[in-house]
Amino acid sequence: MTVLDLLDTPQGGVPDDPGEAPPVVELRAAERQFPGEPPVHALYPADLQVRAGEYLSVVGPSGSGKSTLLNLLGLLDRPSDGEYLLDGIPTARAGERDRAALRARHIGFVFQAFHLLPHRTVLENVLLATIYSGVPRAERRDRAVAALDRVGLSHRLDFRPTVLSGGERQRTAVARAVVSQPRVLLADEPTGNLDSESSSAVLELFDELHAGGLTLLVITHEDDVSSRAQRRVRITDGHLREIA
Amino acid sequence: MTGLVGALVEAWDELRLHKLRVLLALIGVAAAVMAITAVTAVVQMLTQAYTEAGERSMGRQVTITIDAYPRSEQAAPASELDATYAVALERYGITWATRDWYTSVPFRFPDGTRQVEVRAVDPDLGTMQRVGVDEGRWFTDADVDSYAPRLVVNDVFLESLGAGGLESHPTVLLGDETPVRAVIVGVTARRWPGEMASAIVLYDQLTRWYTPETSDGWGQPVPSLKVWVPPEAADDLAPLLRRDVAAVLPGWDVQAYDNRDTGTGALDGAARWVAFGVGAFALLLGGLGLVNIALVTVRHRIREIGIRRSFGATSGRIFFGVLMESVVATAVAGLVGVVLAVAVIKNVPVDTLFGGGIQDRPPFPVSAALVGMACATGVGALAGLIPATVAVRVKVIDAIRY
Repeated sequence: MTVLDLLDTPQGGVPDDPGEAPPVVELRAAERQFPGEPPVHALYPADLQVRAGEYLSVVGPSGSGKSTLLNLLGLLDRPSDGEYLLDGIPTARAGERDRAALRARHIGFVFQAFHLLPHRTVLENVLLATIYSGVPRAERRDRAVAALDRVGLSHRLDFRPTVLSGGERQRTAVARAVVSQPRVLLADEPTGNLDSESSSAVLELFDELHAGGLTLLVITHEDDVSSRAQRRVRITDGHLREIA
Repeated sequence: MTGLVGALVEAWDELRLHKLRVLLALIGVAAAVMAITAVTAVVQMLTQAYTEAGERSMGRQVTITIDAYPRSEQAAPASELDATYAVALERYGITWATRDWYTSVPFRFPDGTRQVEVRAVDPDLGTMQRVGVDEGRWFTDADVDSYAPRLVVNDVFLESLGAGGLESHPTVLLGDETPVRAVIVGVTARRWPGEMASAIVLYDQLTRWYTPETSDGWGQPVPSLKVWVPPEAADDLAPLLRRDVAAVLPGWDVQAYDNRDTGTGALDGAARWVAFGVGAFALLLGGLGLVNIALVTVRHRIREIGIRRSFGATSGRIFFGVLMESVVATAVAGLVGVVLAVAVIKNVPVDTLFGGGIQDRPPFPVSAALVGMACATGVGALAGLIPATVAVRVKVIDAIRY
């Protein structure tokens, strides 16, 4: 079943027992240390498993290591030690080209600042992700239109992001993140730049995606955002621990 | 292949989005390519003008001339010369040939009979030496058989005759004791101030009245033979023609020489180097401007590059993409430059600036256009290397941090 199929799946499609699903994200004693005098230990050795279909939130205050964790999970950075398996594939020592391919096909990003290209239309922004993920050229537009339709922006295809509201921009970013049918959606403070109404809309969209079976990993410092996840972990001073 | 097409499409897309910066960056490149192409075309015209000027006096490449002069007063008469020329032309399959005899002939002008410088030739000379007739026409083969001699005269001759132009169908008496009425069919412009009256007549028609033996002493004792042959045949033909003519002219000094030393190679080479230098300098300036703007642009696009990387773009793809933007942009600029050069060359009467008179205006130099395009694309690739390298070094984490 594809992610677009999952997007169209009615609520209630969550696996009955995620504990039986294979892990999509798996950290094995992964740590990140930045050299310097003295060296900075941004993430102490951590173990984490996120299974397919899980909705996990990572909470923690500013400077706690949330972004470091996101960068590792998003293959934008490498652990200093330990291993990170994405969908069962070891990545710590993978080459740059392989990591880029994994990013393109397995990960969708949603950023706090949206990071849409201002000179491109909404549709072109969503199409961007399909270019690198191996989606056949003939399918790209249909997929992008479908993704935008799913997030309620089919009437904004030819608009520039600069004329959209914050909520619409973030929904565009979500459509871009899921258009290539990733295995996991990584969201970094997805409501950080939104008002409460737009935040609710985006979080409801996440709920729908989760209900459709998508694996979500949301990093936030807001408890009300974190509480939407079925599972939560906290990071404090580089130490990761599960919240009961 | 698909990746290359995709990269080209992406590059074109980027350029389409950033028209203004692209325009600013490419003005210099377009101007440089235009300069290269236009200067090369002008050089070709200059070369052609120079070549044609040389051909008017020395004949087209390669023209072999056979001259004969008696070594003493006891030299045998040249009665068999014309027949020998004819046999030689037939034997060697020479199709372009003319006898060329400078002599003087009496003409009756309103103020009396005067000896006039006359050149007796065959019709082929008109093509072989690009004889330009300002009014009327050059000789045709049919003129050879007409009873009344046909004349092509200079305008001084026509003025001396008191005729305003060819509309009045001017004629003139040629010869002294038994003159014949000659018909003027063409007029050439005077080549220098103070030029004397002169005329060109068909050799076969003139010799009905004046043969080499009856010449009054001015000019050549016998006509030269001029043949226009392919360059590769010239070395073989010259000695053969000289031998054949010498065989029927015992006691004569016969020489055969060609006009290959009068070519335009030196001018051509020098002018091409000048064109190359001008174009290369202009391209260098255009390329530097392009690098400058491309670098600024890449710095403005750091976040975009980071976003693309986060969605799976490899560093190689980013590098190639930025490089291709530069290449595609300069290729477009090159095309614009070539189009502008064509417009200028086709609409500005460049040939008249060289004094006019280019009969065979050279076609627009496609090779120059291709060289210009190749140079532009090459400059684009070189200019794109630096910003592409900068783009690859962008740290994704830093680019998307805020």
